[in-house]
Amino acid sequence: MTERFAGPTTVEAALAILASDAAARPVAGGTDLVVAARQGRKSLPESIVAIDRIAGLDHHAVVDGALVLGSLTSHEWIADSAEVRSTWSALADASSIVGSPATRATGTIGGNLMNASPAADTTAPLVSLGANVMLRAMGRGSRIVPVASLALAPGRTAAAADELLTTVIVPPPPPGSGSAYIRLEYRRAMEIAVVGAAVLITLASNGSIAGAVIALTSVAPTIVRAPEAEAALVGEAANAATFRVAAEAAAAAARPIDDVRASADYRRAMLVVVVARTLAAAAARARGESIPIPASRWAPGREV
Amino acid sequence: MPELLQLTVNGLPLSAMIEPGRTLLRVLRDDLGRTGTKEGCDDSECGACMVLVDGRPVNSCSYLALQASGREITTVEGLASADALHPLQRAFLEGGGIQCGFCTPGMLISAAALIARDPDPSDEAIRDGLAGNLCRCTGYQPIVAAVRRAAAEMRGDPV
Repeated sequence: MTERFAGPTTVEAALAILASDAAARPVAGGTDLVVAARQGRKSLPESIVAIDRIAGLDHHAVVDGALVLGSLTSHEWIADSAEVRSTWSALADASSIVGSPATRATGTIGGNLMNASPAADTTAPLVSLGANVMLRAMGRGSRIVPVASLALAPGRTAAAADELLTTVIVPPPPPGSGSAYIRLEYRRAMEIAVVGAAVLITLASNGSIAGAVIALTSVAPTIVRAPEAEAALVGEAANAATFRVAAEAAAAAARPIDDVRASADYRRAMLVVVVARTLAAAAARARGESIPIPASRWAPGREV
Repeated sequence: MPELLQLTVNGLPLSAMIEPGRTLLRVLRDDLGRTGTKEGCDDSECGACMVLVDGRPVNSCSYLALQASGREITTVEGLASADALHPLQRAFLEGGGIQCGFCTPGMLISAAALIARDPDPSDEAIRDGLAGNLCRCTGYQPIVAAVRRAAAEMRGDPV
């Protein structure tokens, strides 16, 4: 049961509470925290630090080509941002399908990452785009952690209890690249990915694949890379046959479970479809073709 | 330890002493007597509990009441003026966008939030805007039509 509640307005005040109260946990939009408590998965923290009024965490800018987002940046802002949509499309694909309009208005990128769900929609895009986060604690300053190594297990991160995620930094994507995120879903709202994939693909001037980063959602205890699939793409022609081979190789990185949303077998089978489709969408964007956001709503042609 | 919550609900400043773990939905209904906001799933799935917090749609079942401290809450009771229904309410009523009525407060609030962002929403945008709201009577078609009609009326277009 929650005994203490604080609503600091500065990062410093929030860090001081996190440093002095071992039970204190930050909450931003609350869209995950309260639902988890209601479902009995994790009771509400004994001490809550509501960080949603900290003006210093609600910034967003492009700095030297990198996208710099305060941890309170909402999914709604990301989904609406013309710059994110055109340059970091996979992230816009993800934020535009998180929850419902209400979830997107309230839910934040920092919360999505720190909740450390293996089904978190923004994590795989951020991993594929090579993003880092800044964690800050009182008396220890800030440290940079790659998004790829932030989550350790479902609901558990590399952040210490007194550290606050302050900033997400997404580097500029390489020239000739395109990115996409697609998830398999049932209802199109208040959904949790059955499986999902994020791709950053870079094409050489002759149209062949110079490199790719693939991250998978909901097929392992954390978001995972698919190195076998990435290796299968390098130097190949960017076409449906190549994407199919790589998508089948992606299954090597998957360790799916059976749960209420799908069986492990179904997840494995659908992962191949979703990875192939995401590769096609990202490659099309790399070629300058228009793929709608969210790419999950895109109906590819028969060639995929 | 109970904490003092002060907030504005439909333009009226209100306050209550509440335990810090309580949700905005429970405080609105149980402490502040605003029962227009409904508890459906209590799990952020159905949208019956939708309210506006500083103009933005929020599932009040999953929002800590103390996070609403000092903020402006709009519930379904706040849509109508003293002497007239809101255009959305009238369109729902006249177009049969209501069957059992339990989802209606949430539908109205989500629709109001949508029209505030997009005064001329396409049918697809209306469906997306209401995607977090479930109608278990499955009366979605007249609901979409009612939102389309209310949006037109609010823009001043002939309906």
